[in-house]
Amino acid sequence: MEYVTPEGLRIDGRRPKELRRLDCSLDVLQSADGSAVFQMGNTKVLAAVFGPHEVEVRNQMKEDKAIIKCEYAMAAFSTGERRKRGKSDRRSQELSLVIKAALEQTVMVELLPRTQIDVYVQVLQADGGTRVAAINAAVLALASAGVPLRDLAAGCAAGYLEGHSLLDLNFQEDSAGGPDCSIALHPNSDRLVLLQMDSRLPMDTFEAVLNLAQDGCRAVASFMRQRLLEHTRKLAMARGAVRA
Amino acid sequence: MHHNNQFVKKTKKGQIRKVVREHYLRDDIWSGTPLDEECEASAHKLSASASHYLVIDTNIALHQLDFLEHPAITDVVVCSVVLEEVRHKNSAAYQRLRALCASDAKRFYVFANEHHRETFIKSEAGESPNDRNDRAIRVATKWYADRLAGRMEVILLTNDSGSRRLAEEEGVRAIGAASYVRLLRPDATELLDMVAAGTVVEEDPEEEDGGAPVRSAKRKRIYEEHKTFSEVQAGIREGRFHQGALRVNRYNPYEGYVGSDSVGQDILLAGRSHMNRAMDGDIVAVELLPESEWRGPSSKLPGQGKATGGGSDAAEEEGNEEEDVGAGAEPEVFQVGPPDDPSVLAQRAGEEAKQPTGRVVGIISRNWRSRGYCGSLKPPSAHARPLHGASNVLFLPVERRYPAIRIQTRQADSLMDKRLVVAIDSWPSDSTHPLGHYVRTLGTIGDKDTETEVVLIENDINTSPFTPAVHECVPTLPWRVTEDHLAQPGRTDLRHLPVCSVDPPGCKDIDDALHVRPLPNGNYELGVHIADVTNFLRPGSAMDVEAAARATTTYLVQRRIDMLPKPLTEDICSLRGGEERLTFSVLWEVNDNAEIQSTKFTKGVIKSRAALQYAEAQSRIDDPRLQDEITLSLRTMNKLAKILRRRRAERGALQLASPEVKFTIDTETHDPLDVGMYQVQEANQMVEEMMLLANVSVAEAIAHHFPSCSLLRRHPVPAPRQFEPILQAAAAVGLTLDVSTSKSLAESLDAAVRPEDPYFNKLVRILSTRCMTQALYFCSGDHAPHEFLHYGLASPIYTHFTSPIRRYADVMVHRLLAAVLQLESLPETARDREGLRAGADNLNKRHRNAQLAGRASVELHTLIFFKDRTVHADARVTKVKANGLIVFVPKYGIEGPVYLTPRADGNSNSGPSSSSNNKAVAESAFVLDEKKQTVVSRDGSVRYRVFDPCAVRIHVEEGYGHRRQLVLELISREQLQEAEQMVA
Repeated sequence: MEYVTPEGLRIDGRRPKELRRLDCSLDVLQSADGSAVFQMGNTKVLAAVFGPHEVEVRNQMKEDKAIIKCEYAMAAFSTGERRKRGKSDRRSQELSLVIKAALEQTVMVELLPRTQIDVYVQVLQADGGTRVAAINAAVLALASAGVPLRDLAAGCAAGYLEGHSLLDLNFQEDSAGGPDCSIALHPNSDRLVLLQMDSRLPMDTFEAVLNLAQDGCRAVASFMRQRLLEHTRKLAMARGAVRA
Repeated sequence: MHHNNQFVKKTKKGQIRKVVREHYLRDDIWSGTPLDEECEASAHKLSASASHYLVIDTNIALHQLDFLEHPAITDVVVCSVVLEEVRHKNSAAYQRLRALCASDAKRFYVFANEHHRETFIKSEAGESPNDRNDRAIRVATKWYADRLAGRMEVILLTNDSGSRRLAEEEGVRAIGAASYVRLLRPDATELLDMVAAGTVVEEDPEEEDGGAPVRSAKRKRIYEEHKTFSEVQAGIREGRFHQGALRVNRYNPYEGYVGSDSVGQDILLAGRSHMNRAMDGDIVAVELLPESEWRGPSSKLPGQGKATGGGSDAAEEEGNEEEDVGAGAEPEVFQVGPPDDPSVLAQRAGEEAKQPTGRVVGIISRNWRSRGYCGSLKPPSAHARPLHGASNVLFLPVERRYPAIRIQTRQADSLMDKRLVVAIDSWPSDSTHPLGHYVRTLGTIGDKDTETEVVLIENDINTSPFTPAVHECVPTLPWRVTEDHLAQPGRTDLRHLPVCSVDPPGCKDIDDALHVRPLPNGNYELGVHIADVTNFLRPGSAMDVEAAARATTTYLVQRRIDMLPKPLTEDICSLRGGEERLTFSVLWEVNDNAEIQSTKFTKGVIKSRAALQYAEAQSRIDDPRLQDEITLSLRTMNKLAKILRRRRAERGALQLASPEVKFTIDTETHDPLDVGMYQVQEANQMVEEMMLLANVSVAEAIAHHFPSCSLLRRHPVPAPRQFEPILQAAAAVGLTLDVSTSKSLAESLDAAVRPEDPYFNKLVRILSTRCMTQALYFCSGDHAPHEFLHYGLASPIYTHFTSPIRRYADVMVHRLLAAVLQLESLPETARDREGLRAGADNLNKRHRNAQLAGRASVELHTLIFFKDRTVHADARVTKVKANGLIVFVPKYGIEGPVYLTPRADGNSNSGPSSSSNNKAVAESAFVLDEKKQTVVSRDGSVRYRVFDPCAVRIHVEEGYGHRRQLVLELISREQLQEAEQMVA
């Protein structure tokens, strides 16, 4: 398999350091306190946020901060093969924890003691990079729910195939078995909130891949910020606070 | 811009699934020509001053590569859709096309039409993928034509007349390959011969100006049509057909074997129609014949009673090619070497009995060489018409396992006495022979350099000089060890040690040196110092990539084809006497009984005291007057080596024999002056023993630290079946060999002596060696630890560490050992099984090719040696056949057939009728007893048994246009002079 031609084009026609097209819409669900659909290429993730509300299980309550519950699930129709995927399989459980850990560092939990925030993430279409897309969707949903955030957390993956560092792997590239480094970043403070990689890489190559992924995160973050601003402006206009 | 590609796919499990993939369309894909203002300067590839640009379609790229590779073809646009299709259909062709695109001189520009916003097209309803791709190429051509309108002509090169018509309708100039050369390239007439055959048919007949014959549809079908892919797959699933790789008889392109798991035994394919156009290495589907038609392979020497040369040409021109088996079926005298390929083994094993016999019904994948086949044109018969214009001629490959190839050429007359390279294009069912085209001329037949070139091409050995990028990796001369080297982590100063090297005479690439010194506690410190090649050969550098591809240095009789550039092999890495050099050393502490007390690996710096030759070292050991440091250490080493050797023999190490010969070469003409058996001295064995010790120690170390990704070398235990030929022969002379273990075999080989024939033992050893398979490199993760065994050396684990200058395997092992010592990290390719496996496969292939080339080179020099002389020599019978013997001549290391009855083609005037008479005579004159391995004449006066001594006259038979052949003839032993009789 040739993942990057000598002319420097990937299978889908991107160059090695290009992201897929990004799209998102906010407040897509009426029932949730905040919700968002985030799309990276053909990966499409829906996130819904409920809360902050009273803690359901009393002994889990934290006196000094909010607790975050996260549930990641893949829709049966999200991959080419239709398979019932629960929220309880190992992969989903792991991803729920990963997303939760990233969000706990992003939400200003200390401002909301004795509360609980529920984040539901549903993968509608999977084409590689679902975990970072899930984080992006969740952060957008939290923002639209008005939960106080330290910073945006933007996720992006990068990999290394055939001697090239590749940004934002799609499913085909992801299945090549090379290293896939998923990270999430607070762009303003330049703080990593997630770093995961399977397979092995020499240190110097890893640095290059990590830097590439960070650049990707910054690009994703600026896209998210811009969309959030547009959305807020629209809301403000609807309330008459701002004139068009 | 963005577009989603959707398609439906059937999975392996039979589910239907919809696949959606993103497909981005871009605006930043340039045309690659300076004539286009929008094109970025960095993308300029096509020349502004070319007479026209060519756009090629997939079929041209697949089938006309030799034509495209010709230097006259430049300024070509290759669309990405073409590359993609070629990649799917033929990966070898893809590599070549990629190489063309990478070359600066050829100016092939890759145009990513599939990702260009203006040239991307969606397939229309009902349009087949092929039609869609053809249309995409036309759209791209049109885009170029419009963009460069008035400034440059853009021509679509396609042999598909339908596509040409559509292109003309769209206003694009399109032309076929042959017409292109005729109409537009009068400057390069040679090109026309290179346009692939077969595809010529697809061109419109009106464009053909008489040169190429249009194959008439009426031509009778000679071969059964191959079944379609789906039929074959269904047949294999149902068990009606059997799939396997075809191995063709070394002497006969129309006899072969298919190894099949489903039958559990090799399937014999005999005869032209049963082979049904399959060639060596093809993956074929075979149908078994009913058991009544099963047979064994021919028990005769081929070539007997068949008209060779003679009148067959006349018959052929009348279109009756059936009888033309030609010279292809004749066995040749050849040099024997260590183990033959498995096909021959299998063939020998199953000789007497009938075996499953089948016929080819389909070819699953072709193994045609893209680099072409070497050979020469079949000589014309005496009464043939003079050749003029384009003519059809038969080309005979030098490898007898390939059939003759029909090519069309305008230069037949001038090519008659030349060695050529020809590539195969197709083999339609109405053609007796495969169709091919001329690629290039190598030189005159029989010329040493030409024939050497043939040997190298046949074995796929890269002889091109190293590129400048490779030379840049070599440190500048004069090079010397500096303080920086001594300060490298893990490098020890070993310059005080009394190191010396012992090598064959004339050796310039010295990669090993030795030392031994007594320690205060009564033990010895024993050291093997290997050139530290990896210090210079950095992973991933241009030199490393090149060395990994070459994998080994190839030694021919008069020439060496290096794996690494000369300054490295002969100077910087070579452990020359009196010079400081970097090494990778193994140091042991051994006791008086050569038992290892401790092992230490280290990078080091040595200063070799002396670079000795074997004979020199030997005389030092033997001369009691010499008492210097070096001599003393040589003696100690020899003592230890003998103990090690004995212990190894006790474990069951085999003393194998190969009939190696050594040429004395004239320094001026490089012609062989003399030839003789290779002499082994004690000093050789001493060095060999030390190297074995180092290799085993290193193998243990790397396998311990990297259990799943070490590069090791194993020699599998031969299956009892493989020993059948030697057991059968031995039984005939009342000798029993116990082949159950290597130890028992070693013992029975030691016992196999004949007082009256001192050479008998060696002969038995040679024949037993031939029954074994070859040792192989492998990745330790791919085999269970008990399979690591090296049978011949009786060592549970083994690898190659001691010759990094000339073997890439050793380089890989050096890197592994450096990683064990935590001096360096492993290169990426050596970190996982897949990478290592791919590396090991290449090593095995190249190693084998280098061996074959070396042997072929010896064969060639033998032929040159015998050119002007006739020699009588002592010989031994190695095999008996109904009409002749296979004899082995130890002095010259050659083996070949002798005929007991006069050969039919000896009297070349006799027509087919008289040769069939001869055949009858031949059949009646001698009787073969397979069991006793004896052939007796009817009257009982002459009797030959396997292993019998005999005598032969060796001379060279000169044929048409410098075609030479070595011929052996039986003479009586009395004619042999005393001096020529073998003494051991």
